[in-house]
Amino acid sequence: MPEIMMFLKSLDWSPLVISLKTGAVATVISFFLGIAAAGLLYRAGPRVRAFADGLLTLPMVLPPTVAGFFLLLIFSLRRPFGSALYEHFGIRAVQTWLGCVLAAVVISFPLMYRNARAAFEQVDRNLVYAARTLGMSERQIFLQVLIPCARPGILSGTVLTFARAMGEYGATAMLAGNIPGKTGTISQKIAMVIQNGDFGTAGFWTGVVCVIGFAVVAIMNLAVSRSEKKS
Amino acid sequence: MALEVEIRKKLKLFTLDVKFRAENETFALLGESGSGKSMTLKCIAGIERPDEGRIALDGRVFYDSDAGICLPPQKRRAGYLFQDYALFPNMTVLRNVMAGMGRHPDRGTAERYLEAFGLSELADVFPGKLSGGQKQRTAMARLAAQKPDVILLDEPFSALDTHLRWRMENEMQEKLRSFGRPAVCVTHDRDEVFRLCSRVCCLEQGRSGEAVTVREFFRNPRSRAGALLSGCKNVAPCRAADAHTVTVPEWGVTLRVPGTVPPGVRYAGIRAHSFHAENGLERSGCVNCLQVREAAVTEDLFEWTVSFRCAPGGGALIWKVSKEVMPDIRIPRELLLDGEEIMLLTS
Repeated sequence: MPEIMMFLKSLDWSPLVISLKTGAVATVISFFLGIAAAGLLYRAGPRVRAFADGLLTLPMVLPPTVAGFFLLLIFSLRRPFGSALYEHFGIRAVQTWLGCVLAAVVISFPLMYRNARAAFEQVDRNLVYAARTLGMSERQIFLQVLIPCARPGILSGTVLTFARAMGEYGATAMLAGNIPGKTGTISQKIAMVIQNGDFGTAGFWTGVVCVIGFAVVAIMNLAVSRSEKKS
Repeated sequence: MALEVEIRKKLKLFTLDVKFRAENETFALLGESGSGKSMTLKCIAGIERPDEGRIALDGRVFYDSDAGICLPPQKRRAGYLFQDYALFPNMTVLRNVMAGMGRHPDRGTAERYLEAFGLSELADVFPGKLSGGQKQRTAMARLAAQKPDVILLDEPFSALDTHLRWRMENEMQEKLRSFGRPAVCVTHDRDEVFRLCSRVCCLEQGRSGEAVTVREFFRNPRSRAGALLSGCKNVAPCRAADAHTVTVPEWGVTLRVPGTVPPGVRYAGIRAHSFHAENGLERSGCVNCLQVREAAVTEDLFEWTVSFRCAPGGGALIWKVSKEVMPDIRIPRELLLDGEEIMLLTS
Protein backbone atom coordinates (compact mmCIF):
# COMPACT_ATOMS: atom_id res chain seq x y z
CA MET A 1 0.00 0.00 0.00
CA PRO A 2 2.62 2.57 0.91
CA GLU A 3 4.46 1.81 -2.31
CA ILE A 4 1.35 2.52 -4.32
CA MET A 5 0.85 5.80 -2.45
CA MET A 6 4.48 6.68 -3.10
CA PHE A 7 4.03 5.86 -6.81
CA LEU A 8 0.93 7.98 -7.13
CA LYS A 9 2.52 10.87 -5.26
CA SER A 10 5.65 10.88 -7.36
CA LEU A 11 3.61 10.49 -10.56
CA ASP A 12 3.54 13.27 -13.13
CA TRP A 13 -0.20 13.76 -13.78
CA SER A 14 0.34 16.19 -16.67
CA PRO A 15 -0.34 13.58 -19.46
CA LEU A 16 -3.87 13.06 -18.12
CA VAL A 17 -4.57 16.80 -18.02
CA ILE A 18 -3.08 17.38 -21.47
CA SER A 19 -4.97 14.45 -23.01
CA LEU A 20 -8.33 15.47 -21.50
CA LYS A 21 -7.84 19.11 -22.48
CA THR A 22 -6.78 18.20 -26.01
CA GLY A 23 -9.66 15.75 -26.36
CA ALA A 24 -12.24 18.24 -25.09
CA VAL A 25 -11.14 21.15 -27.24
CA ALA A 26 -10.68 19.01 -30.35
CA THR A 27 -14.11 17.45 -29.84
CA VAL A 28 -15.81 20.85 -29.64
CA ILE A 29 -14.12 21.95 -32.86
CA SER A 30 -14.79 18.66 -34.70
CA PHE A 31 -18.39 18.69 -33.44
CA PHE A 32 -19.26 21.96 -35.16
CA LEU A 33 -17.12 21.38 -38.26
CA GLY A 34 -18.39 17.82 -38.66
CA ILE A 35 -22.07 18.75 -38.34
CA ALA A 36 -21.65 21.71 -40.68
CA ALA A 37 -19.89 19.56 -43.29
CA ALA A 38 -22.48 16.80 -42.96
CA GLY A 39 -25.29 19.35 -43.29
CA LEU A 40 -23.79 20.85 -46.44
CA LEU A 41 -23.21 17.47 -48.05
CA TYR A 42 -26.72 16.30 -47.09
CA ARG A 43 -28.11 18.76 -49.57
CA ALA A 44 -25.35 18.53 -52.20
CA GLY A 45 -25.73 16.68 -55.50
CA PRO A 46 -24.43 13.11 -55.82
CA ARG A 47 -21.21 14.06 -57.63
CA VAL A 48 -20.16 16.81 -55.26
CA ARG A 49 -21.03 14.48 -52.42
CA ALA A 50 -18.88 11.59 -53.67
CA PHE A 51 -15.89 13.86 -54.19
CA ALA A 52 -16.17 15.86 -50.98
CA ASP A 53 -16.93 12.76 -48.94
CA GLY A 54 -13.72 11.12 -50.14
CA LEU A 55 -11.70 14.19 -49.25
CA LEU A 56 -13.24 14.62 -45.80
CA THR A 57 -12.87 10.95 -44.90
CA LEU A 58 -9.23 10.80 -46.03
CA PRO A 59 -7.68 11.51 -42.59
CA MET A 60 -9.50 8.47 -41.22
CA VAL A 61 -8.25 6.02 -43.84
CA LEU A 62 -4.68 7.34 -44.05
CA PRO A 63 -2.10 6.31 -41.46
CA PRO A 64 -1.97 9.10 -38.84
CA THR A 65 1.72 9.64 -39.64
CA VAL A 66 0.75 10.58 -43.20
CA ALA A 67 -1.72 13.11 -41.83
CA GLY A 68 1.08 14.33 -39.55
CA PHE A 69 3.36 14.71 -42.53
CA PHE A 70 0.79 16.86 -44.35
CA LEU A 71 0.27 18.96 -41.23
CA LEU A 72 4.04 19.50 -40.98
CA LEU A 73 4.13 20.50 -44.65
CA ILE A 74 1.58 23.21 -43.91
CA PHE A 75 2.53 24.42 -40.45
CA SER A 76 6.31 23.98 -40.34
CA LEU A 77 8.02 27.27 -39.57
CA ARG A 78 10.25 26.66 -42.56
CA ARG A 79 7.26 26.58 -44.93
CA PRO A 80 5.49 29.70 -46.26
CA PHE A 81 2.11 29.26 -44.52
CA GLY A 82 3.56 28.23 -41.16
CA SER A 83 6.11 31.02 -41.09
CA ALA A 84 3.55 33.63 -42.18
CA LEU A 85 1.19 32.49 -39.45
CA TYR A 86 3.96 32.83 -36.88
CA GLU A 87 5.24 36.19 -38.10
CA HIS A 88 1.88 37.94 -38.44
CA PHE A 89 -0.15 36.36 -35.65
CA GLY A 90 2.43 34.71 -33.40
CA ILE A 91 0.66 31.41 -33.90
CA ARG A 92 2.77 28.26 -34.10
CA ALA A 93 1.56 24.71 -34.22
CA VAL A 94 4.85 22.83 -34.29
CA GLN A 95 6.00 21.60 -30.88
CA THR A 96 3.08 23.32 -29.09
CA TRP A 97 -0.19 22.31 -27.43
CA LEU A 98 -1.98 23.93 -30.36
CA GLY A 99 -0.31 21.26 -32.50
CA CYS A 100 -1.83 18.57 -30.24
CA VAL A 101 -5.27 20.05 -30.79
CA LEU A 102 -4.74 20.48 -34.52
CA ALA A 103 -3.60 16.89 -34.97
CA ALA A 104 -6.48 15.60 -32.85
CA VAL A 105 -9.02 17.65 -34.84
CA VAL A 106 -7.75 16.43 -38.20
CA ILE A 107 -7.78 12.81 -37.12
CA SER A 108 -11.11 12.88 -35.25
CA PHE A 109 -13.08 15.12 -37.62
CA PRO A 110 -14.01 12.34 -40.09
CA LEU A 111 -15.59 10.31 -37.28
CA MET A 112 -17.82 13.22 -36.31
CA TYR A 113 -18.62 14.08 -39.90
CA ARG A 114 -19.44 10.52 -40.93
CA ASN A 115 -21.60 9.81 -37.89
CA ALA A 116 -23.50 13.06 -38.30
CA ARG A 117 -24.06 12.39 -41.98
CA ALA A 118 -25.30 8.86 -41.33
CA ALA A 119 -27.59 10.25 -38.64
CA PHE A 120 -29.00 12.89 -41.00
CA GLU A 121 -29.60 10.31 -43.70
CA GLN A 122 -31.54 8.16 -41.24
CA VAL A 123 -33.99 11.00 -40.62
CA ASP A 124 -37.25 10.41 -42.49
CA ARG A 125 -36.99 12.41 -45.73
CA ASN A 126 -40.69 13.21 -45.53
CA LEU A 127 -40.01 15.32 -42.43
CA VAL A 128 -37.71 17.53 -44.47
CA TYR A 129 -40.20 17.65 -47.34
CA ALA A 130 -43.03 18.47 -44.95
CA ALA A 131 -40.96 21.26 -43.40
CA ARG A 132 -40.34 22.70 -46.86
CA THR A 133 -44.01 22.69 -47.84
CA LEU A 134 -44.74 24.36 -44.49
CA GLY A 135 -42.51 27.23 -45.56
CA MET A 136 -39.61 26.62 -43.17
CA SER A 137 -36.28 27.91 -44.46
CA GLU A 138 -33.46 25.44 -45.10
CA ARG A 139 -31.62 26.87 -42.09
CA GLN A 140 -34.65 26.42 -39.85
CA ILE A 141 -35.10 22.88 -41.14
CA PHE A 142 -31.47 22.08 -40.36
CA LEU A 143 -31.59 23.47 -36.83
CA GLN A 144 -35.15 22.61 -35.81
CA VAL A 145 -35.83 19.35 -37.61
CA LEU A 146 -32.71 17.63 -38.89
CA ILE A 147 -30.39 18.07 -35.91
CA PRO A 148 -32.98 17.24 -33.21
CA CYS A 149 -34.13 14.16 -35.11
CA ALA A 150 -30.54 13.01 -35.66
CA ARG A 151 -29.63 13.52 -32.02
CA PRO A 152 -28.84 9.91 -31.02
CA GLY A 153 -26.45 9.48 -33.96
CA ILE A 154 -24.83 12.84 -33.36
CA LEU A 155 -24.41 12.03 -29.68
CA SER A 156 -22.67 8.73 -30.28
CA GLY A 157 -20.55 10.35 -32.98
CA THR A 158 -19.43 12.99 -30.51
CA VAL A 159 -18.36 10.40 -27.97
CA LEU A 160 -16.39 8.42 -30.52
CA THR A 161 -14.79 11.66 -31.68
CA PHE A 162 -13.73 12.48 -28.15
CA ALA A 163 -12.27 9.01 -27.62
CA ARG A 164 -10.35 9.17 -30.88
CA ALA A 165 -9.13 12.73 -30.24
CA MET A 166 -7.94 11.85 -26.76
CA GLY A 167 -6.02 8.80 -27.89
CA GLU A 168 -4.37 10.40 -30.94
CA TYR A 169 -0.72 9.42 -31.25
CA GLY A 170 0.88 9.36 -34.70
CA ALA A 171 0.05 12.79 -36.08
CA THR A 172 0.48 14.37 -32.65
CA ALA A 173 3.97 12.94 -32.27
CA MET A 174 5.01 14.37 -35.62
CA LEU A 175 3.46 17.83 -35.30
CA ALA A 176 3.48 18.59 -31.59
CA GLY A 177 6.20 16.27 -30.41
CA ASN A 178 6.40 14.83 -26.92
CA ILE A 179 7.34 17.68 -24.59
CA PRO A 180 6.53 16.62 -21.01
CA GLY A 181 4.07 18.99 -19.36
CA LYS A 182 3.34 20.70 -22.67
CA THR A 183 2.52 18.29 -25.46
CA GLY A 184 3.07 14.99 -23.69
CA THR A 185 -0.24 13.14 -23.97
CA ILE A 186 -1.02 9.78 -22.33
CA SER A 187 -0.49 7.89 -25.60
CA GLN A 188 2.94 9.44 -26.03
CA LYS A 189 3.78 8.84 -22.38
CA ILE A 190 3.00 5.13 -22.74
CA ALA A 191 5.17 4.84 -25.84
CA MET A 192 8.03 6.64 -24.11
CA VAL A 193 8.07 4.69 -20.84
CA ILE A 194 7.85 1.37 -22.68
CA GLN A 195 10.92 2.34 -24.67
CA ASN A 196 12.64 2.84 -21.33
CA GLY A 197 11.41 -0.55 -20.13
CA ASP A 198 9.20 0.96 -17.41
CA PHE A 199 6.26 -1.44 -17.73
CA GLY A 200 4.80 -0.41 -14.39
CA THR A 201 4.13 3.18 -15.40
CA ALA A 202 2.98 2.04 -18.84
CA GLY A 203 0.54 -0.33 -17.18
CA PHE A 204 -0.79 2.43 -14.94
CA TRP A 205 -1.51 4.76 -17.85
CA THR A 206 -3.00 1.93 -19.87
CA GLY A 207 -5.38 1.35 -16.98
CA VAL A 208 -6.32 5.03 -16.94
CA VAL A 209 -7.05 4.98 -20.67
CA CYS A 210 -9.16 1.84 -20.31
CA VAL A 211 -11.23 3.37 -17.51
CA ILE A 212 -11.82 6.60 -19.44
CA GLY A 213 -12.68 4.70 -22.63
CA PHE A 214 -15.15 2.45 -20.85
CA ALA A 215 -16.76 5.34 -18.95
CA VAL A 216 -17.18 7.34 -22.13
CA VAL A 217 -18.94 4.53 -24.01
CA ALA A 218 -21.14 3.70 -21.02
CA ILE A 219 -22.21 7.33 -20.64
CA MET A 220 -22.94 7.48 -24.35
CA ASN A 221 -25.19 4.44 -24.20
CA LEU A 222 -27.08 5.85 -21.25
CA ALA A 223 -27.52 9.20 -22.94
CA VAL A 224 -28.71 7.67 -26.21
CA SER A 225 -31.23 5.39 -24.53
CA ARG A 226 -32.53 8.30 -22.47
CA SER A 227 -32.95 10.56 -25.50
CA GLU A 228 -34.71 7.74 -27.35
CA LYS A 229 -37.10 7.27 -24.46
CA LYS A 230 -38.01 10.93 -24.53
CA SER A 231 -39.16 11.12 -28.13
CA MET B 1 -59.52 29.61 -59.41
CA ALA B 2 -58.01 26.36 -60.57
CA LEU B 3 -54.96 24.17 -60.33
CA GLU B 4 -53.58 23.37 -63.77
CA VAL B 5 -51.13 20.53 -64.09
CA GLU B 6 -49.44 19.30 -67.23
CA ILE B 7 -46.14 17.58 -66.56
CA ARG B 8 -43.84 14.87 -67.83
CA LYS B 9 -41.09 13.18 -65.86
CA LYS B 10 -39.04 10.13 -66.72
CA LEU B 11 -39.12 7.57 -63.93
CA LYS B 12 -37.40 4.21 -63.59
CA LEU B 13 -40.22 2.04 -64.96
CA PHE B 14 -42.26 4.47 -67.03
CA THR B 15 -42.66 8.08 -67.95
CA LEU B 16 -45.03 10.15 -65.89
CA ASP B 17 -47.36 12.02 -68.23
CA VAL B 18 -50.10 13.75 -66.29
CA LYS B 19 -52.55 16.41 -67.33
CA PHE B 20 -55.55 17.65 -65.39
CA ARG B 21 -57.27 20.75 -64.10
CA ALA B 22 -58.81 20.89 -60.65
CA GLU B 23 -61.32 23.63 -59.90
CA ASN B 24 -62.34 24.62 -56.38
CA GLU B 25 -63.29 21.05 -55.62
CA THR B 26 -61.88 17.85 -54.21
CA PHE B 27 -60.28 16.18 -57.17
CA ALA B 28 -59.24 12.52 -57.08
CA LEU B 29 -56.21 10.97 -58.71
CA LEU B 30 -57.03 7.28 -58.71
CA GLY B 31 -54.42 4.65 -59.48
CA GLU B 32 -52.76 1.47 -58.28
CA SER B 33 -49.70 1.74 -56.08
CA GLY B 34 -46.71 2.62 -58.20
CA SER B 35 -48.76 4.34 -60.90
CA GLY B 36 -47.13 7.71 -60.27
CA LYS B 37 -49.82 9.32 -58.12
CA SER B 38 -47.60 10.34 -55.23
CA MET B 39 -44.90 11.54 -57.61
CA THR B 40 -47.46 13.80 -59.27
CA LEU B 41 -48.41 15.25 -55.91
CA LYS B 42 -44.76 15.78 -54.99
CA CYS B 43 -44.20 17.63 -58.26
CA ILE B 44 -47.10 19.95 -57.48
CA ALA B 45 -45.73 20.63 -54.00
CA GLY B 46 -42.25 21.24 -55.38
CA ILE B 47 -40.62 18.35 -53.54
CA GLU B 48 -39.79 16.72 -56.86
CA ARG B 49 -39.06 18.45 -60.13
CA PRO B 50 -40.69 17.36 -63.41
CA ASP B 51 -38.62 17.13 -66.60
CA GLU B 52 -40.95 19.43 -68.48
CA GLY B 53 -44.40 20.95 -68.46
CA ARG B 54 -46.28 23.52 -66.45
CA ILE B 55 -47.97 23.78 -63.06
CA ALA B 56 -50.00 26.85 -62.12
CA LEU B 57 -52.49 27.76 -59.42
CA ASP B 58 -54.94 30.57 -60.19
CA GLY B 59 -52.50 31.73 -62.84
CA ARG B 60 -49.62 31.80 -60.33
CA VAL B 61 -46.90 29.72 -62.00
CA PHE B 62 -45.29 27.07 -59.77
CA TYR B 63 -43.32 25.44 -62.54
CA ASP B 64 -42.83 26.18 -66.21
CA SER B 65 -40.03 24.44 -68.08
CA ASP B 66 -40.30 26.80 -71.08
CA ALA B 67 -40.05 29.92 -68.94
CA GLY B 68 -37.44 28.31 -66.68
CA ILE B 69 -39.56 28.79 -63.56
CA CYS B 70 -39.48 26.42 -60.62
CA LEU B 71 -40.66 27.86 -57.31
CA PRO B 72 -39.18 26.25 -54.20
CA PRO B 73 -41.76 24.39 -52.07
CA GLN B 74 -41.53 27.13 -49.45
CA LYS B 75 -43.09 29.65 -51.88
CA ARG B 76 -45.90 27.48 -53.22
CA ARG B 77 -48.20 27.52 -50.19
CA ALA B 78 -49.26 23.95 -50.84
CA GLY B 79 -50.61 22.05 -47.85
CA TYR B 80 -49.32 18.50 -48.16
CA LEU B 81 -50.84 15.76 -46.03
CA PHE B 82 -48.33 12.92 -46.01
CA GLN B 83 -49.40 9.29 -45.90
CA ASP B 84 -47.65 8.86 -42.54
CA TYR B 85 -48.43 12.50 -41.60
CA ALA B 86 -44.73 13.45 -41.24
CA LEU B 87 -45.22 15.07 -37.84
CA PHE B 88 -41.99 16.36 -36.30
CA PRO B 89 -41.23 13.83 -33.54
CA ASN B 90 -39.15 16.35 -31.58
CA MET B 91 -41.98 18.88 -31.30
CA THR B 92 -45.20 18.83 -29.30
CA VAL B 93 -48.57 18.95 -31.05
CA LEU B 94 -48.71 22.71 -30.45
CA ARG B 95 -45.22 23.30 -31.83
CA ASN B 96 -45.97 21.11 -34.82
CA VAL B 97 -48.93 23.35 -35.64
CA MET B 98 -46.81 26.47 -35.09
CA ALA B 99 -44.08 25.16 -37.41
CA GLY B 100 -46.09 26.14 -40.47
CA MET B 101 -47.05 29.61 -39.28
CA GLY B 102 -44.01 31.54 -40.43
CA ARG B 103 -41.11 33.02 -38.54
CA HIS B 104 -43.06 34.51 -35.66
CA PRO B 105 -45.95 32.18 -34.95
CA ASP B 106 -48.61 33.40 -32.56
CA ARG B 107 -49.36 30.92 -29.79
CA GLY B 108 -52.96 32.06 -29.39
CA THR B 109 -53.74 31.52 -33.06
CA ALA B 110 -52.14 28.09 -32.95
CA GLU B 111 -54.26 27.20 -29.92
CA ARG B 112 -57.40 28.17 -31.79
CA TYR B 113 -56.43 25.73 -34.56
CA LEU B 114 -55.91 23.01 -31.96
CA GLU B 115 -59.36 23.73 -30.62
CA ALA B 116 -60.93 23.59 -34.08
CA PHE B 117 -59.44 20.14 -34.57
CA GLY B 118 -60.27 18.87 -31.08
CA LEU B 119 -56.66 18.78 -29.95
CA SER B 120 -56.63 21.29 -27.07
CA GLU B 121 -55.90 18.65 -24.44
CA LEU B 122 -53.01 17.24 -26.45
CA ALA B 123 -51.14 20.53 -26.98
CA ASP B 124 -48.07 19.41 -25.00
CA VAL B 125 -47.99 15.79 -26.16
CA PHE B 126 -45.30 14.48 -28.52
CA PRO B 127 -46.47 12.75 -31.73
CA GLY B 128 -45.03 9.39 -30.58
CA LYS B 129 -47.76 9.23 -27.94
CA LEU B 130 -50.69 10.01 -30.26
CA SER B 131 -53.20 7.56 -31.74
CA GLY B 132 -53.64 7.31 -35.52
CA GLY B 133 -56.68 9.59 -35.56
CA GLN B 134 -55.01 12.17 -33.33
CA LYS B 135 -51.96 12.15 -35.58
CA GLN B 136 -54.09 12.84 -38.60
CA ARG B 137 -55.92 15.64 -36.82
CA THR B 138 -52.61 17.17 -35.83
CA ALA B 139 -51.38 16.99 -39.40
CA MET B 140 -54.62 18.58 -40.61
CA ALA B 141 -54.41 21.33 -37.98
CA ARG B 142 -50.82 22.04 -39.02
CA LEU B 143 -51.92 22.13 -42.63
CA ALA B 144 -54.82 24.48 -41.88
CA ALA B 145 -52.63 26.81 -39.79
CA GLN B 146 -50.31 27.10 -42.76
CA LYS B 147 -53.20 28.72 -44.70
CA PRO B 148 -52.49 26.87 -47.95
CA ASP B 149 -53.75 27.85 -51.39
CA VAL B 150 -54.08 24.23 -52.43
CA ILE B 151 -54.39 21.01 -50.43
CA LEU B 152 -52.63 17.81 -51.48
CA LEU B 153 -53.72 14.59 -49.79
CA ASP B 154 -51.50 11.53 -50.22
CA GLU B 155 -53.51 8.38 -49.39
CA PRO B 156 -54.95 10.24 -46.41
CA PHE B 157 -56.62 7.30 -44.66
CA SER B 158 -54.31 4.41 -45.48
CA ALA B 159 -52.54 4.56 -42.10
CA LEU B 160 -55.80 4.36 -40.13
CA ASP B 161 -57.68 1.38 -38.77
CA THR B 162 -60.95 0.65 -40.56
CA HIS B 163 -63.18 1.68 -37.68
CA LEU B 164 -61.48 5.08 -37.52
CA ARG B 165 -61.47 5.64 -41.23
CA TRP B 166 -65.11 6.40 -41.59
CA ARG B 167 -65.10 9.00 -38.82
CA MET B 168 -61.95 10.70 -40.07
CA GLU B 169 -63.39 10.73 -43.58
CA ASN B 170 -66.44 12.60 -42.32
CA GLU B 171 -64.27 15.13 -40.50
CA MET B 172 -62.07 15.56 -43.56
CA GLN B 173 -65.07 16.05 -45.82
CA GLU B 174 -66.34 18.83 -43.59
CA LYS B 175 -62.95 20.60 -43.56
CA LEU B 176 -62.49 20.25 -47.31
CA ARG B 177 -65.94 21.62 -48.00
CA SER B 178 -65.18 24.79 -46.05
CA PHE B 179 -61.77 25.10 -47.72
CA GLY B 180 -63.21 26.39 -51.00
CA ARG B 181 -60.02 25.94 -53.00
CA PRO B 182 -58.58 23.11 -55.07
CA ALA B 183 -57.74 19.93 -53.20
CA VAL B 184 -56.15 16.93 -54.87
CA CYS B 185 -56.59 13.55 -53.24
CA VAL B 186 -54.38 10.68 -54.31
CA THR B 187 -55.74 7.23 -53.53
CA HIS B 188 -56.26 3.69 -54.70
CA ASP B 189 -59.47 3.33 -52.69
CA ARG B 190 -62.59 3.72 -54.81
CA ASP B 191 -64.81 4.22 -51.75
CA GLU B 192 -62.75 7.22 -50.68
CA VAL B 193 -63.14 8.66 -54.16
CA PHE B 194 -66.87 8.11 -54.13
CA ARG B 195 -67.45 9.68 -50.72
CA LEU B 196 -64.87 12.46 -50.71
CA CYS B 197 -64.36 13.71 -54.26
CA SER B 198 -66.35 15.43 -56.96
CA ARG B 199 -64.29 14.51 -60.01
CA VAL B 200 -61.77 11.82 -60.71
CA CYS B 201 -58.92 11.15 -63.09
CA CYS B 202 -57.33 7.71 -63.46
CA LEU B 203 -53.61 7.14 -63.60
CA GLU B 204 -52.22 4.06 -65.32
CA GLN B 205 -48.47 3.52 -65.66
CA GLY B 206 -47.94 7.24 -65.17
CA ARG B 207 -50.48 8.30 -67.82
CA SER B 208 -53.53 10.24 -66.80
CA GLY B 209 -56.90 9.70 -68.40
CA GLU B 210 -59.76 12.10 -68.87
CA ALA B 211 -61.25 13.70 -65.77
CA VAL B 212 -64.93 12.88 -65.20
CA THR B 213 -67.43 13.37 -62.40
CA VAL B 214 -67.39 10.64 -59.81
CA ARG B 215 -70.93 9.45 -60.67
CA GLU B 216 -70.12 9.26 -64.35
CA PHE B 217 -66.90 7.39 -63.55
CA PHE B 218 -68.64 4.65 -61.61
CA ARG B 219 -71.41 4.40 -64.21
CA ASN B 220 -69.05 4.21 -67.16
CA PRO B 221 -65.31 4.02 -66.40
CA ARG B 222 -64.47 3.99 -70.15
CA SER B 223 -61.13 2.16 -69.83
CA ARG B 224 -60.16 -1.29 -68.61
CA ALA B 225 -57.86 0.22 -65.98
CA GLY B 226 -60.62 2.59 -64.88
CA ALA B 227 -63.12 -0.26 -64.61
CA LEU B 228 -60.76 -2.31 -62.44
CA LEU B 229 -60.00 0.74 -60.26
CA SER B 230 -63.70 1.44 -59.89
CA GLY B 231 -64.03 -2.02 -58.37
CA CYS B 232 -65.38 -3.89 -61.37
CA LYS B 233 -64.41 -7.55 -60.89
CA ASN B 234 -65.24 -8.87 -64.36
CA VAL B 235 -63.48 -7.41 -67.39
CA ALA B 236 -62.89 -9.37 -70.59
CA PRO B 237 -61.96 -8.57 -74.20
CA CYS B 238 -64.94 -8.27 -76.55
CA ARG B 239 -65.73 -7.28 -80.13
CA ALA B 240 -68.77 -5.72 -81.67
CA ALA B 241 -71.07 -8.25 -83.36
CA ASP B 242 -73.54 -5.71 -84.68
CA ALA B 243 -74.76 -2.26 -83.69
CA HIS B 244 -76.36 -3.51 -80.44
CA THR B 245 -74.44 -6.64 -79.42
CA VAL B 246 -70.91 -7.62 -78.50
CA THR B 247 -69.40 -11.11 -78.23
CA VAL B 248 -67.17 -12.00 -75.29
CA PRO B 249 -65.27 -15.21 -76.16
CA GLU B 250 -63.85 -15.61 -72.65
CA TRP B 251 -67.36 -15.86 -71.22
CA GLY B 252 -68.79 -17.66 -74.28
CA VAL B 253 -71.63 -15.19 -74.63
CA THR B 254 -73.10 -12.50 -76.83
CA LEU B 255 -74.37 -9.52 -74.86
CA ARG B 256 -77.07 -7.10 -75.93
CA VAL B 257 -76.81 -3.49 -74.76
CA PRO B 258 -79.66 -0.92 -74.70
CA GLY B 259 -77.91 1.73 -76.83
CA THR B 260 -75.53 1.34 -79.70
CA VAL B 261 -72.11 -0.20 -79.26
CA PRO B 262 -69.47 2.56 -79.26
CA PRO B 263 -66.92 2.34 -82.08
CA GLY B 264 -63.59 0.80 -81.10
CA VAL B 265 -65.00 -1.16 -78.15
CA ARG B 266 -62.31 -3.45 -76.70
CA TYR B 267 -63.51 -4.72 -73.34
CA ALA B 268 -66.76 -5.53 -71.59
CA GLY B 269 -67.06 -5.02 -67.86
CA ILE B 270 -69.69 -6.38 -65.48
CA ARG B 271 -69.80 -5.65 -61.75
CA ALA B 272 -69.97 -8.68 -59.50
CA HIS B 273 -73.23 -7.43 -57.97
CA SER B 274 -74.94 -6.92 -61.34
CA PHE B 275 -75.94 -10.55 -61.97
CA HIS B 276 -79.19 -12.20 -60.95
CA ALA B 277 -79.28 -15.91 -60.38
CA GLU B 278 -81.84 -17.80 -62.42
CA ASN B 279 -82.44 -21.13 -60.83
CA GLY B 280 -84.37 -24.07 -62.12
CA LEU B 281 -85.68 -22.19 -65.10
CA GLU B 282 -83.69 -23.37 -68.09
CA ARG B 283 -84.26 -20.73 -70.66
CA SER B 284 -81.49 -21.40 -73.10
CA GLY B 285 -81.02 -18.73 -75.69
CA CYS B 286 -82.44 -15.95 -73.52
CA VAL B 287 -80.97 -12.45 -73.81
CA ASN B 288 -77.91 -11.73 -71.67
CA CYS B 289 -77.72 -14.94 -69.76
CA LEU B 290 -74.40 -16.60 -69.08
CA GLN B 291 -73.97 -20.33 -68.77
CA VAL B 292 -71.71 -20.93 -65.79
CA ARG B 293 -69.98 -23.94 -64.20
CA GLU B 294 -67.17 -24.93 -61.84
CA ALA B 295 -68.21 -22.76 -58.93
CA ALA B 296 -65.96 -21.98 -55.97
CA VAL B 297 -67.78 -20.34 -53.07
CA THR B 298 -66.31 -17.93 -50.53
CA GLU B 299 -68.42 -16.83 -47.60
CA ASP B 300 -67.97 -13.19 -46.57
CA LEU B 301 -69.56 -11.45 -43.60
CA PHE B 302 -72.62 -10.11 -45.42
CA GLU B 303 -72.43 -11.71 -48.82
CA TRP B 304 -71.45 -14.73 -50.85
CA THR B 305 -68.71 -14.54 -53.46
CA VAL B 306 -68.86 -17.20 -56.15
CA SER B 307 -66.17 -17.68 -58.74
CA PHE B 308 -67.35 -19.39 -61.93
CA ARG B 309 -65.87 -20.54 -65.15
CA CYS B 310 -67.90 -19.98 -68.30
CA ALA B 311 -66.48 -21.60 -71.40
CA PRO B 312 -64.07 -24.50 -70.82
CA GLY B 313 -60.63 -22.93 -70.40
CA GLY B 314 -62.23 -19.49 -70.25
CA GLY B 315 -61.62 -16.76 -67.69
CA ALA B 316 -63.13 -16.57 -64.23
CA LEU B 317 -66.36 -14.74 -63.55
CA ILE B 318 -67.08 -13.33 -60.10
CA TRP B 319 -70.61 -13.09 -58.73
CA LYS B 320 -71.45 -11.48 -55.41
CA VAL B 321 -74.85 -11.82 -53.77
CA SER B 322 -76.04 -10.44 -50.46
CA LYS B 323 -76.99 -12.91 -47.74
CA GLU B 324 -80.24 -11.01 -47.33
CA VAL B 325 -81.21 -11.99 -50.84
CA MET B 326 -79.88 -15.52 -50.50
CA PRO B 327 -79.42 -16.70 -46.89
CA ASP B 328 -78.14 -20.09 -48.11
CA ILE B 329 -76.10 -20.19 -51.24
CA ARG B 330 -77.51 -22.15 -54.15
CA ILE B 331 -75.25 -22.43 -57.13
CA PRO B 332 -77.08 -21.39 -60.29
CA ARG B 333 -76.23 -22.69 -63.73
CA GLU B 334 -77.10 -19.45 -65.44
CA LEU B 335 -76.52 -15.82 -64.51
CA LEU B 336 -78.88 -13.17 -65.83
CA LEU B 337 -77.92 -9.66 -66.58
CA ASP B 338 -79.72 -6.39 -67.28
CA GLY B 339 -78.29 -4.82 -70.44
CA GLU B 340 -78.00 -1.47 -68.60
CA GLU B 341 -75.36 -2.97 -66.32
CA ILE B 342 -72.90 -3.83 -69.08
CA MET B 343 -69.99 -1.40 -69.31
CA LEU B 344 -68.35 -1.13 -72.71
CA LEU B 345 -64.75 0.04 -72.54
CA THR B 346 -62.84 1.50 -75.45
CA SER B 347 -59.30 1.35 -74.05
